[in-house]
Amino acid sequence: MDYSSLLHMREELSLLGVMIVLLIYDIFKSENGKTVFQIVALLVVAAHTFANIVPRDAFEIAGGMYTYKPIHTVLKSILNIGTLIVFMQSYSFLEQPENRIKKGEFYFLTLATLLGMYVMISAGHFLLFFIGLEMASIPMATLVVFDKYSRKSSEAGIKYILSAVFASGISVYGLSFLYASTGTLYFDDLATIITGTPLEILAFVFFSAGLFFKIALVPFHLWTADVYEGAQTNITSYLSVVSKGAAVVVLFTLSVKVFAPLAGQWKPLYYVLAVASITLANLFALRQQNLKRFLAFSSISQAGYIMLAVISGTPLGMASLVYYVLVYLFSNLAAFGVVSVVEQHTGKLTIDDYNGLYRSNPRLSFVMMLSLFSLAGIPPFVGFFSKYFVFSAAAQQGLYVLVFIALLNTIVSLFYYLKVIKAMFLTENETPAASIRSSLPLRLSLIICTAGILIIGLLGTVFETIGSMSFGL
Amino acid sequence: MNFLSLFVVVPLLMLAGLFPARTMRQIRAVAVTGASLLMVLACWLVWMYLAERSSGNTSEMLFTAETVWYPSLHINYSVGVDGISVAMILLSAIIVFAGVFASWKMEHLPREFFLWFSLLAIGVFGFFISTNLFTMFMFYEIALIPMYLLIGVWGTGKKEYSAMKLILMLMGGSALLLVGIFGIYYGSGASTLTITELAALTIPIELQRYFFPLTFMGFGVLGALFPFHTWSPDGHASAPTAVSMLHAGVLMKLGGYGAFRVAMYLMPEAAGEMSWIFLILTGISVVYGAFGAIHQTDLKYINAYSSVSHCGLVLFAILMGNETSTTGAILQMVSHGLMTALFFALIGMIYGRTHTRLVTEMGGLMKVMPFLGVSYVIAGMASLGLPGLSGFVAEMTIFVGAFQEPDLLHRVLTFGAIASIVITAVYILRVVGKIIFGPMADRHHEQLTDAVWHERLSVGVLIAAIVAVGSFPYWLSEMINESVAPLITHILR
Repeated sequence: MDYSSLLHMREELSLLGVMIVLLIYDIFKSENGKTVFQIVALLVVAAHTFANIVPRDAFEIAGGMYTYKPIHTVLKSILNIGTLIVFMQSYSFLEQPENRIKKGEFYFLTLATLLGMYVMISAGHFLLFFIGLEMASIPMATLVVFDKYSRKSSEAGIKYILSAVFASGISVYGLSFLYASTGTLYFDDLATIITGTPLEILAFVFFSAGLFFKIALVPFHLWTADVYEGAQTNITSYLSVVSKGAAVVVLFTLSVKVFAPLAGQWKPLYYVLAVASITLANLFALRQQNLKRFLAFSSISQAGYIMLAVISGTPLGMASLVYYVLVYLFSNLAAFGVVSVVEQHTGKLTIDDYNGLYRSNPRLSFVMMLSLFSLAGIPPFVGFFSKYFVFSAAAQQGLYVLVFIALLNTIVSLFYYLKVIKAMFLTENETPAASIRSSLPLRLSLIICTAGILIIGLLGTVFETIGSMSFGL
Repeated sequence: MNFLSLFVVVPLLMLAGLFPARTMRQIRAVAVTGASLLMVLACWLVWMYLAERSSGNTSEMLFTAETVWYPSLHINYSVGVDGISVAMILLSAIIVFAGVFASWKMEHLPREFFLWFSLLAIGVFGFFISTNLFTMFMFYEIALIPMYLLIGVWGTGKKEYSAMKLILMLMGGSALLLVGIFGIYYGSGASTLTITELAALTIPIELQRYFFPLTFMGFGVLGALFPFHTWSPDGHASAPTAVSMLHAGVLMKLGGYGAFRVAMYLMPEAAGEMSWIFLILTGISVVYGAFGAIHQTDLKYINAYSSVSHCGLVLFAILMGNETSTTGAILQMVSHGLMTALFFALIGMIYGRTHTRLVTEMGGLMKVMPFLGVSYVIAGMASLGLPGLSGFVAEMTIFVGAFQEPDLLHRVLTFGAIASIVITAVYILRVVGKIIFGPMADRHHEQLTDAVWHERLSVGVLIAAIVAVGSFPYWLSEMINESVAPLITHILR
């Protein structure tokens, strides 16, 4: 066998290299090296991100087991940037005395899930895909229980691992049906063989349940709020952005490429899921006081909006989907960044605790406001553009009613996003949260996110570049 | 760069200039410079526009420019103006200018106040210069969101409730609008988002029947269309002075402008079929708003309801769908914008002295503050349509236009709308008689002082504009009429 073809998997190999370097460094580092470790890790991950940012020509190796399209580079770069920002935001959390010895594990496990997502994205065969899915889930569960002495964290970990394993089980059960019905698991072959027999439909439904779980669509969302609340905030942000982003992209490509003959079945299914996710999550979010739960429900409803792009199944849908993930990454990570820094320094986590935050922390409040406006889709912030494109993709297919429902829901979401803004800016408070001096990497991450929120929408080229790549699909 | 873009760039520079500003002096300097620049630009634009027209340029939009933004979705940053937008830009510039001087004494977080104020200005000017549906919608929303914070932080009374109600209702309107825009875009064949080009395409009538009401209602919410007007009284009553001025004076005009230029102009067939429904609703707005104003005792509420009535008249005239009435509608937008801004400015100044806005607790203010008293009377007279002031010109044109529609429904509604003038007279004269002239209601009011220079400047500019429009209406109405005529021909084709 010719192993040299494996060298084509540049992103995966590079990431693997980063993981190994960090693992070895973590084991052999001296006591003095401990403080340097995070800086080195951030630099290495940043180097990895930059090294893999330029798209190459499409190819496939191992008989189509692993495929590469230029859009994959875009996707992986988005995930890289997300991971890098999460790492920056975890900096001071990992410098706390009780977490110092676990730094290495944190980086290694997070990067392991990232590798799993890479594999998921690039897989051309369901077996490889499933390996990726598992690789992205199991280390995630360990990350959720990172704070092992906290009751909530352990509870969240158990909830996550049990539901994740169950979802994977159903998923692989579906795959077995698919194999039984068609005799192959190659994406390219399946696309031509699937005809829409009941067994295949059943296979599709079982299989996609696993992905719905990862994306946390209603009614597969029940784990979300508890896990988001229990996990450490930075891990929650990773879970809500990077992990979700990868899953939703994969759902799109699989629906369009492999299950195209079943479009008549999956379109109505996604329609219902999208409406349910947006509406129910919005209604639940209205009543949340804890900001992490609040953002959990907000992220479910955001996933519902993304589903509008998936339903369209068009190149415009793909472009707007990838763009949405990119935009959502900046907006959501900015919000989580603020939540995590406030939580770390003051231990405050409810909306009422944010009363009068503008008085004591004007900059943090400002960033939080921008990110919430962006999540709500208010111009000139970038969230407006991504929402417009996603709705545009659905409207292009004539799904005006769906767009209408989604738009009405944006009003509900605006209400609860404004609740936080109201707490920070409007509500008078004699004793607001203390003035916070955050660490340099965190500040840098918030600057990156803010720049992303303010600038990306104004640059038409970002969307057009993504569009030009996704039109080849 | 096209010089129309300066209308967006100048507020943007104001915004940037406010960030480093620390002292009140610096903040004022930035705000006044920006507002004056806008004013100069607006006057220059009028002059340029008239010069261009008189030199024989008859194209629909002048000074057009286009920058490609998102080519795959036909989203361009494209600007251009016709007589209608020039009138609106002039109005906005005057009110922004007056608004800056009316909020001269802003003590609570002044920098942030002017930051949001500038953002609001960006939205308003951007909306009027845009000719692309996407950018138009974007600027529309940019203008809305600062309202929440401006009312919520700097407002009075039950401000949080009002701010939330206002923003949710207006955003609800923009949700309807966005569906309408998608309908127009994809219904017309998805090849352009530029209004002038869209007008040349035809949207199938079956689609128009869905998207015309959505678009019209979307803009109608901001234009205080009954029954979506309920945000307006609360919002205006709670807002700080300059925000009420800008909101009632300019922002509500976005509704009328959009309803005409987007809903009616791009979907004329459905507009013809369905205008009767909205005509009835606007007729209700006109009469109901006037009766609502009679019932109120808070000065701001009185004026807010009167705004509902007057803005209803704008939509009413647009729906009449002939050249005269539509010209009247645009004139009414200008006229109402000026006089309602004047009203709110005066109410703010009176409230700043008496610390009450209740009619029952005030009286005889003419004795202690003659300047404000006289100005209030002028504003009142303009509002009830005294010849020589702007209100008369606008309403006269509207009603002359409305009488050109001979069928029963239009006649009945026209009579109803005209009757509302009488009701207007009731609430205006009663308030003027009580608080300006009547006996002194409160001994403490005897110590009050009259307006100071920045207040006089703010009020003076507005009064000058009202008199200018009312006494020399020809240049303005001719400019508007020239631009309205081709649009109406298109709608009635």
